[in-house]
Amino acid sequence: MKTIAETGAFLNAPHMSTPSLSFEGVGLTYKDGTETLRDINLKVERDEFVSVVGPSGCGKSTLLKVASGLVEATQGNVVADRDRLGYVFQDATLLPWRTVASNVGLLAELHGVAKQERERRVQEAIELVGLSGFADRHPRRLSGGMRMRASLARSLTMDPEVFLFDEPFGALDEITRERLNDELVQLFLARHFAGLFVTHSIYEAVYLSTRVVVMSPRPGRIVAEFSIPFSYPRGPEVRFSPEFAQIASNISSALRGTELE
Amino acid sequence: MIQLEKLTADQSPAQSVKTLPKDRKRGFNRVLPPVGLFVVIIIIWEIISASLSGSRKFLLPTPQSVVIHGLLARDAYSEILPSFVRTSVLALGGFGVAIVLGMLVAAVMYRFRWLEKAVFPYLVALQAVPVLAVAPLMAVVFGYSFVAKGIIVVLIAFFPIPANFLLGLRSVDSGLDDLFRLHRASWWTRFWKLAFPNALPQLLTGFRISAGLAVVGAIVGEEFFQAGVPGLGIRLLQYLQDVEYNRLYGALILSSFLGIGFYLIFTWIANRVLRNWHESVIQQES
Ligand SMILES: Nc1ncnc2c1ncn2[C@@H]1O[C@H](COP(=O)(O)OP(=O)(O)O)[C@@H](O)[C@H]1O
Ligand SMILES: [Mg+2]
Repeated sequence: MKTIAETGAFLNAPHMSTPSLSFEGVGLTYKDGTETLRDINLKVERDEFVSVVGPSGCGKSTLLKVASGLVEATQGNVVADRDRLGYVFQDATLLPWRTVASNVGLLAELHGVAKQERERRVQEAIELVGLSGFADRHPRRLSGGMRMRASLARSLTMDPEVFLFDEPFGALDEITRERLNDELVQLFLARHFAGLFVTHSIYEAVYLSTRVVVMSPRPGRIVAEFSIPFSYPRGPEVRFSPEFAQIASNISSALRGTELE
Repeated sequence: MIQLEKLTADQSPAQSVKTLPKDRKRGFNRVLPPVGLFVVIIIIWEIISASLSGSRKFLLPTPQSVVIHGLLARDAYSEILPSFVRTSVLALGGFGVAIVLGMLVAAVMYRFRWLEKAVFPYLVALQAVPVLAVAPLMAVVFGYSFVAKGIIVVLIAFFPIPANFLLGLRSVDSGLDDLFRLHRASWWTRFWKLAFPNALPQLLTGFRISAGLAVVGAIVGEEFFQAGVPGLGIRLLQYLQDVEYNRLYGALILSSFLGIGFYLIFTWIANRVLRNWHESVIQQES
C-alpha cells in the first residue's frame, strides 16, 4: 500500500488567503424556539485542524450543520467554501444496499463526475483508507471501524477543502480509534484541508488538533480556546508527555467550569 | 456490538466452509415442523373421515380418495387444471394492477405531503368497504366480465402495497437524507438512489401480503360473478351443488396451493433482493 503522503503528493497544494471556514457572530434558534448557538466566532484556515469539545446537547452537531449549510444560521454569517465540503457523520451513513466501492463513489456520482474519473477516485480513496480487499463487501459485513473508513473514503473522493467531522470515532473501541486518529492526522498533512472536528474525548481533541475550542451548555458559546503546540506527525509518545497531560487537564477544567455556571 | 461485528467480518473466509452442514441442519429444522404438522393433519383427517357414519361419509372423503378421484382422475384434472390456470391469471393480473397503482399512489403521496393527508384516510376507508357490497355495482358497470372480477381482486389486494411502500419511503435515515441534501441531490435523485431502495424491504413485505389477498380476491370475485370461463371459485360452487365432494376438496387444495405458492414466490424474491443488506434476512440467517 502506498503511504498517504505519497498518494496525497499530487493533490492541490495549499493556497493561503481567506479562511476556508468562518463563523461571524453566528446564532441559531431552532424553529421550536430552542436557542442552540449564541454568538459563535470561529475561523478555520487550511492546514488548521480545530476540535470542538463540549457537554452533550450543547450544540456541537448543530455547529457543523450550520457550517455545512444543512441548517441556516438565524444570526450572523457563515463563510465556507462548500463546493468541496467533506462531512463525516457520527454514523457511517452508508447505503446498506451498495457495496463499499459503490458507497465510496456516491458523492462523485451525485456531482456528475464521469465514470472513469469516478472509478479512479474511488480506487484511490479505498486504498488510502486501507479497505482495498473489501471493495465488494456490503456494509453489514464490515466492522464498525471499517465502516467509518468507508465513510471517510467517500468524503475523500471530493478532495475536501473544508472537512467536518461529527464524533466520527465515538462508537469505536479505543484501539481502532487510536489507529484511525493517526491515519486522520496523515490525511490532514497530505491533503491540507481545514478541519473542524467534534468529539467528546479531550485526549482525541488534543492529539489531533492545532486548536481546541470548548463550548458551554446550551445555548452553545465558545468559552475557551487552546492552542496545541505539538508538531506533526505526533508519535504515540506525545499522548504520555507531561505537556499533553497539562493541556488536557486545562481543557477539562474549562469544561467543568462551563457546567458549574 | 462492535466486537460482534468485527468477529463476523473477520471470520467470513471460514464461514463459507463451515456453513454447509449447518445450512442443511437449519433447512431441516425449518422444514420439519410444517411437514410434521401436515402428517398429523392428514392422520386426523383420516380418523374423522373414518368415524363419520355411512350417510354422512360423503361430507369428508378420505385424503386418498380426494387425491385419486378429485385431482388425479383424468376427467377431474382436465377440468380443474384450466380453472387453476384461469384463477392464477386473474389473481396475477389484479395483483399486477394493484402493484402499479399502489406504488404510484404511494410515490405521489410521498412527493406531496398534503396529498398524503388528503388521500390516506380514504385508502384506510377503502379497506373497510365490504367488497361484496360493491360487487353488484361492478356487475352493473362492467358486466359479468374478467375486468369486473379483476377490480374485486384489486380492491382486496390493494391496501398493503401503498401503505407499506409509503412507510418504507418515509423511513429513510435522517443522516442519509442530510448527506444527499448536502450534495444538492434533486428530488428525483433522492427518490431513485435513496428512498426507493430504502423502501424495498417494506415494499416486498407489502407484495407478500397482497399476493395472498389477490388469490382470495380472485376466488371471491369468481364466486360472486359466476360467469365467464370457470375458475376455481366457480368450480368450488359447482362441485358443492353437484355433491362432488372429492373434487370440491381437490379444488380447495389447489386454491390453497395457489395462495401458498404466491406467498412463497414473493418471499423468495424478497430474500434474493435483500440478502446482502437487510436486517430481516440477516435475522433469519442467524
Ligand atoms: N432539528 C432540531 N429542532 C429543535 N431542536 C433541536 C434540533 N436538533 C437539535 N436540537 C436541540 O439542540 C440541542 C443541541 O443539539 P446537538 O447539536 O445535536 O448537540 P450535541 O451534538 O452537542 O450533542 C439539543 O438540545 C437538541 O435537542
Ligand atoms: Mg452531536
